[in-house]
Amino acid sequence: MHLTYIPLYLLLTGLVFYTVLGGADFGAGIWELTARNDEEVRGYAVHAMGPVWEANHVWLIFVLVVLWTAYPIAFASIASTLAIPLFVAAIGIILRGTAYALRGGAYSNRELAAIDTVFSISSILTPFALGAAAGAVASRRVPVGNAAGDLVSTWLNATSLTIGALAVIAGAYLAAVFLAADAVRRGQPALESAYRLRALAAGLVAGALALAAIFVVHSDAKPLFHGLVHGRGLVALIASVAAGTATLALVAVRRYEPARFTAAIAVAAIVAGWALAQAPLLLPGLTVDQAAAPRDTLIALTVAALAGAVILLPSLWLLFRLFLQGRFDPEWTNVPGPPPLPRTVVAASGTGLAWRLAAVLLVAGFVLTTIVDATWAHAIGVTCLLGFVAAAFPATATPPRSG
Amino acid sequence: MTADVQNHLLQARQMQMLSFVAHIPLVCFAISFPAMVLFTEWRYLRTGDEVYRTIARRWTRVLIALFAVGVVTGTILSFELGLLWPDFMARFGSVFGLAFGIEGFAFFTEAIFVGLYVYGWNRFSPWWHFASGIPIVLSGILGSAMVIAVNGWMNHPAGFRLDSSGKAVDVHPVNALFVNGYFWHEVVHMYVAGYMVMGFTVAGVYAIARARGRWTAYERTALAIPLAVAALASPVQILIGDWAGRDVAKEQPVKLAAMEGLPHTTRGAPVHLLGWYDNGRVVGGIEIPKMLSLLAAHSPNAVVQGLDTVPPDRRPPVNIVRIAFQTMVGIGTLLAVLGVWFVAVRIRRRRLPESRWFYRSVIVAGPLALIAVVAGWITTEVGRQPWVVYRVLLTKDAVTRAPIVPVGYVTLMVVYVGLAAAVAWILRRLARAPLQEA
Repeated sequence: MHLTYIPLYLLLTGLVFYTVLGGADFGAGIWELTARNDEEVRGYAVHAMGPVWEANHVWLIFVLVVLWTAYPIAFASIASTLAIPLFVAAIGIILRGTAYALRGGAYSNRELAAIDTVFSISSILTPFALGAAAGAVASRRVPVGNAAGDLVSTWLNATSLTIGALAVIAGAYLAAVFLAADAVRRGQPALESAYRLRALAAGLVAGALALAAIFVVHSDAKPLFHGLVHGRGLVALIASVAAGTATLALVAVRRYEPARFTAAIAVAAIVAGWALAQAPLLLPGLTVDQAAAPRDTLIALTVAALAGAVILLPSLWLLFRLFLQGRFDPEWTNVPGPPPLPRTVVAASGTGLAWRLAAVLLVAGFVLTTIVDATWAHAIGVTCLLGFVAAAFPATATPPRSG
Repeated sequence: MTADVQNHLLQARQMQMLSFVAHIPLVCFAISFPAMVLFTEWRYLRTGDEVYRTIARRWTRVLIALFAVGVVTGTILSFELGLLWPDFMARFGSVFGLAFGIEGFAFFTEAIFVGLYVYGWNRFSPWWHFASGIPIVLSGILGSAMVIAVNGWMNHPAGFRLDSSGKAVDVHPVNALFVNGYFWHEVVHMYVAGYMVMGFTVAGVYAIARARGRWTAYERTALAIPLAVAALASPVQILIGDWAGRDVAKEQPVKLAAMEGLPHTTRGAPVHLLGWYDNGRVVGGIEIPKMLSLLAAHSPNAVVQGLDTVPPDRRPPVNIVRIAFQTMVGIGTLLAVLGVWFVAVRIRRRRLPESRWFYRSVIVAGPLALIAVVAGWITTEVGRQPWVVYRVLLTKDAVTRAPIVPVGYVTLMVVYVGLAAAVAWILRRLARAPLQEA
């Protein structure tokens, strides 16, 4: 495995997770729009995603930072030429995040409906714009350079629009599969059948659109088509079609658990197919090796990614395990145990000690940062000053019971 | 540079500034508020006093709302790095990108544990719930430190050299970012500022409640905790700021000259309070002789470099930098006085202050602290101009050539006004929610 490719694998992994998890999250927002008049279905989709909402969207940040650190020229070229769809996506992200934050404060159905409308529209806008941007890169329309490509035709073309639409509908599909499974777990058959129907419908539309996309790519983006129907690209394409079909069949027979995984595989396979179709090029005339950052940066990024993964993966696993087990459901009643026994609040002598320690740290901090002129002294001095705040804080913060 | 491109550059810079001004208050809360919530929950666990629990639960709802908004304003900033400054990213992304990579992981960890903590109330055992909040605090520190590391590098570039074609080679990202004096003073200065903004703002909410006649144990407790940290941090911030200022004097003398409006290199340079820089001198200010030399080098007769050490087109706009700097220092001094007042009453009388003027001051202290932070960032960012990477890359050479900036700027302005209104609405709603339900 060549060093210059490691960040690319990280990036593609992030992209798959974002497409699956972020996509499902966008999809939940779309279903909210279709559930307007259905009291039972409404609110369920958004509520069900609550605990994992932020985590699902951080994948996008991950993709961006890996791209600009490891392949800065590619990032700059893409961001400047595709400024319009990316800006639209950014606006969609603002609206969506704001709507999400506001939901908790809504009292009336009218307020909720207004918030949900913004939420749903941005849930369509954002994946569409990002899909169109991906389509522009895949159809090799983004040249190297600061806004070197046409600002409009790069993303306003048959391939980009099809991929944008596919991104939206695939998200809706993933969300419906997840929500149907969640409804089973919660023992809500009405919701289950509602989302099963939505899953089947969205799955069929997504399948038809994917088929149409192959024809579009054939006439509009020949190199991409060629890459997808030859060699390893073809393997990925077939894997994606097989996994997609399997998902539909599993949903039809109400086997939602495995359906979640096959749906994810279908997405992962198509991302892999795209990557294989254009390897070793990132952009026209720019190979992965040419775009890659210097060696030290790639090594540091890889080390950081591995170290991060050690913390991140178990945490993510914990979050999703609790989430999928329904530990965050409103009806999950846990008896938190009796409140801990009252203890004597920090004794007066302890407080006096804290004050004295704080005073010493303050004086030492002042002398070392302000009077002594040396780097080591500043480092210790600043630590002393922060220590002063920490030492004096508990006693200062404990309010008297009266007054 | 044609007039058109110049407008374009100015709008791109303003758009970037708008996005920072929207994001900075949320950062202040992100680096400090989780620790306050956890401290309050810890107090509940230690004492069993329900008041602490109620406060911690209500603050948690504020925390998740602000975090959600912070996620989006932060995402916008990362988009803008590419949308507005593609050549900055293309040429130096490989040097400073590592920090953003680490920040990405920190942010990810933060998002995961925010989910666990916020939804885990009543669902985990009390101590496990408390423990699930600790990674939020740690990853918040790490993440914000990484972003500031990039800024430190832009002000004090290191860890690479340019080859004959202007390409960054010999890149050592760890040296560039972390073995860099600017990283340390910027991160500490901003971190303490975050606690001041959060502390005074949250305390201000309960000071308003007091003015309206609500002053139960709940309000007193919820005021004392954030006010205590802000009050202790404020005087300390003066010492930290002095430390940062001496670094600037050493490494970016032109920025320091702009902060004071010092036209020529001077021995025993003075400071002018207030006033206006015009034609090479400060008019209408109060002169304090030798003060600048004393501040910059802790020696009254030290030589301080003036603006004339660089040609006019390499100098930052003096009045913006100067006024921003004086605003920051002025507000910071007032806040330190307020902080000392609070701590003195707490120590000597063992109670909260009773003066109505004290609580009126606390109400305005939060917004003032926020203004001071923004003014501080204006000082350092405008003070670095015309460079985006100090003495390496001019801002005008980094800006996008895509003519989307004017439309984007207006759109973003409209969206951010809406966002500000939305945040104000949700915070009012959360404040009005009944206590028991929280």
